[in-house]
Amino acid sequence: MTPTDTEVSQRRDASQDQDRTPVVSVRGLWKVFGPKAEKVPDSEELRGLSRRELLDRAGCTAAVRDVSFDVSPGEVFVVMGLSGSGKSTLVRCLTRLIEPTAGQVVFEGEDIRDADPKRLRELRRRKFSMVFQHFGLLPHRRVVDNVSYGLEIRGMGKAERTKRALEVVELVGLSGYENSYPDQLSGGMQQRVGLARALAGDPDVLFFDEPFSALDPLIRRDMQNEVIRLHHEVGKTMVFITHDLSEALKLGDRILIMRDGKMVQCGTGDELVGAPADDYVRDFVSEVPRADVLTLKWIMRPAGPDDALDGPELGPDVVVREATRAVLAAEKPAKVVENGKLLGIVGDEEILSVIAGGA
Amino acid sequence: MATIAEAPAKLGPVRAVRRRVVIAGILVAWLVLFAVLRGHQTLALAAADLTDLHRWFNDVNDSIGANRNSNPLFLYFFNEIRLVIDNLVTFIQSLISQPSAGRPVPTIGWLGVVAIAGYVSWAFGNWRVAILAMAGFTFFGLQGLWQESMDTLALTVSAVFVALLIGIPLGVWAGLSDRVNRILTPFLDFMQTMPTFVYLAPLTLFFLIGPASATIATLIYAAPPAIRITAHAIRSVPETTVEAADSLGSTRRQTLTKVLLPMSKRTVVMGVNQTIMAALAMVTIAALIDAPGLGKTVVQALQSLDVGTAFNAGLAIVVMAIVLDRVTTAASVRAEAARRSGSRFAKWRKHLLVAGGVVAAVVVYLSHTYVWAAEFPGQGSTGSAIASAADSVTTWAQDNLSGFTNAIRNLITNGLLNPFQSLLTDSPWWLVGAVLVAVGAVLGGWRAGVTAGVCVGLLVGTGVWSDGMTTLASTVVATVLVMVFGVVVGVWMGRSPMADRLIRPTLDAAQVMPPFVYLVPFLALFGATRFTAIVAAVVYAAPVTMKIIADGIRAVPETTVEAATAAGSNTWQIITKVQLPMSRGALTLATNQGLIYVLSMVVVGGLVGAGALGYDVVAGFSQGELYGKGLAAGLAIVLLGVMFDRITQAAARRTTVPSRG
Repeated sequence: MTPTDTEVSQRRDASQDQDRTPVVSVRGLWKVFGPKAEKVPDSEELRGLSRRELLDRAGCTAAVRDVSFDVSPGEVFVVMGLSGSGKSTLVRCLTRLIEPTAGQVVFEGEDIRDADPKRLRELRRRKFSMVFQHFGLLPHRRVVDNVSYGLEIRGMGKAERTKRALEVVELVGLSGYENSYPDQLSGGMQQRVGLARALAGDPDVLFFDEPFSALDPLIRRDMQNEVIRLHHEVGKTMVFITHDLSEALKLGDRILIMRDGKMVQCGTGDELVGAPADDYVRDFVSEVPRADVLTLKWIMRPAGPDDALDGPELGPDVVVREATRAVLAAEKPAKVVENGKLLGIVGDEEILSVIAGGA
Repeated sequence: MATIAEAPAKLGPVRAVRRRVVIAGILVAWLVLFAVLRGHQTLALAAADLTDLHRWFNDVNDSIGANRNSNPLFLYFFNEIRLVIDNLVTFIQSLISQPSAGRPVPTIGWLGVVAIAGYVSWAFGNWRVAILAMAGFTFFGLQGLWQESMDTLALTVSAVFVALLIGIPLGVWAGLSDRVNRILTPFLDFMQTMPTFVYLAPLTLFFLIGPASATIATLIYAAPPAIRITAHAIRSVPETTVEAADSLGSTRRQTLTKVLLPMSKRTVVMGVNQTIMAALAMVTIAALIDAPGLGKTVVQALQSLDVGTAFNAGLAIVVMAIVLDRVTTAASVRAEAARRSGSRFAKWRKHLLVAGGVVAAVVVYLSHTYVWAAEFPGQGSTGSAIASAADSVTTWAQDNLSGFTNAIRNLITNGLLNPFQSLLTDSPWWLVGAVLVAVGAVLGGWRAGVTAGVCVGLLVGTGVWSDGMTTLASTVVATVLVMVFGVVVGVWMGRSPMADRLIRPTLDAAQVMPPFVYLVPFLALFGATRFTAIVAAVVYAAPVTMKIIADGIRAVPETTVEAATAAGSNTWQIITKVQLPMSRGALTLATNQGLIYVLSMVVVGGLVGAGALGYDVVAGFSQGELYGKGLAAGLAIVLLGVMFDRITQAAARRTTVPSRG
């Protein structure tokens, strides 16, 4: 971790989430595959090695190395990285589908690494659920029975669980398909079933493991909107894994970028674009339409003595694209004001340099 | 050889060429030495001669026979198993095939059995297979083979029942546990390379001859597919699905009963199909150890060269194979399709099933009570008609086609088989052994060479070296022919989807036939010779090789073929320079399977004059003093099988490695 990204994430935490205890709190999480994997996180010497060196020296692969973050209630937290960056392993460690090697995963005050199998099952049945990239539906069950599976295994009666399943099926927009079998549905609809199954148990946290990567672009967009809609309606905390930056920016309140199992940067979308922690992130975000992500506070300049200060007033969190028309239409540069305090000004030049795609 | 083995891997093509040169060198050296040493140290053994090992086997057999009821191992283990199996078989036989409970007829008469067959086929499959099953069963009666068919069915059903009782739980266990899977797989591999035949001899040692040991042999032969396919089914449930079930908080038991088992159901039913087909094949061959039924009729007819009777009984076996295969296939389709057809039918179906059950029960009662429904009416005149028709076709063929068939037979026998056989049997044993080891090492690496060496050593030890070489000669000649046909038809099928669609169903049907029945038509055409066994072996092994080669050709990426076409290759060039080289792995696998299939058939050919190891085994069953020799011959077959399998498997691994790198 570089100092920058700690600073960025802390700033965000300090400004918005100070008063709320996190739902999920991850501290120093490691997942190492290989012989004597448990030695690696404790060894000063081994933990610093690169992937290649570690494989040569200890025969181990560290999929997740020393990752820490907090997820606040109601937040959509995105973990992003390319394939092999350890993001899918990370999300599985959070529910212990893969056993973490070291570190803490505190869920509502309880370290789930200490849970015995029974308690873990209980947590999985009631507290969190997961949506998978390849859906993982049961082909021999109808949609409604797939959705009610989680309720069935916790012993809920048939009438009750069917009623609940039908509600959720309706919530995800699958009414009319209750009695279909999964292979009669399109990919997007199958993932809606996956979503419904995850929602049926009314969990506190939803984990998404690249849920839309296997879908066509148009359907993917629909499903992303669906998730946004559901987030507004049910307000669940979500941890979302993706390799698609635009998906991350679209859905995520905050984004954690991983590379080779390590955290590279954690922050909001505009922080990543505006202040990339290193060249890797900079390269990553270079294709992003900056005007859609950056807010005025990232492009404003201090008001100089010869700047006219009678232009329009705008907030610092207004996205550049939305401010464009107002700034360009005004004769004078726009003032960026927060709580009556002048933070800086934005003129045609700043706007145009972003719109034109300059750095 | 050493330099070849040490050559760096990047010289792949060079190595392949040099390997060919080395093989040619070995063969030339063999021929030269053969010319010099011909007739020396051939280890020939006359048909009635025995070695010490054979006498020792005889003694073991005698002492087991003497102590069968006193030795605790037998008293409390083998005899108990035999008793249980025997009771099961006798029970089912008394239901459908043998007179029971003081009655002159079985508990359920023919009409009842037909009704049950139809009802069960309908309930698990569909009405079409139900009609097929009823027609097929009625046909057995018309053939005059009702009781024989029911004996075969009784043995098959008992063996399948026990095989599944053991196989499915084992399969589930192997599917869940990697360790169990690792332990079981080599055993299953080994058991599948064994020709059906060789299970029989050792089992008679422990379980005597008769229906019980036939059933035990059958269930041992039939259980591996059930185990393997069940394990495969459990393993091929997508990981995500299991993970999803875990993430929802399923217990292990819930995951098993609600996810893994239901999702494997269809594949497991396919495993049941394989088990049934394997059992039927084995039950017919188990006639050699006195299993009652159709197989016995065929064996007796084959031994007296009565083609008509053999054909009639063989036809019954074929019909039974078709009925069992179609019904179980329909059942596996139904496992999927039935609940799809919607709830409209479901309710109707339930009522109909109950009604059908009542009808079937009434018919069963009738068949229990009235003679006309108990004993199949008529004298089986259809059977006699079939037999005499087959006889007259045979006579006609022998009269009119003999010029043609004899020409083929003599061409292959004199041109290919005899020279090769004399090369193998008249060379000193150590020379042939050295050649086998060298070829094994060159083709399959030093490990395969060592295996070949061990097998050669043990073959010499069995005392039936010379017979083994005769069998080897027939096997190799048949395999060469199989590969020629396999490549021609396989390439055609692989290149033309139309040809594939037309040919594949025939191949599938041919594969469900018990090996045995292949002998009958060729016996008619070619008489009782080695050649008959070779032709039967070629026909028996052809479907599997053709399918593997066709799949291999089809697996060559379309873009590669397109690129070759774009470069201006003609069809012949595409086949020889692109498609065949790229499916080398499939070709080697096809050779492997071809060899295994051919070996098992060549051995069965011992029944119709192919002699050698197959004859030794058969003679061992019927003549007490040759028992030990038969056992040794069975062992020799196993050794040949293991040697072929190891060498070709190793060669297959080698040919696929360069294409990856």
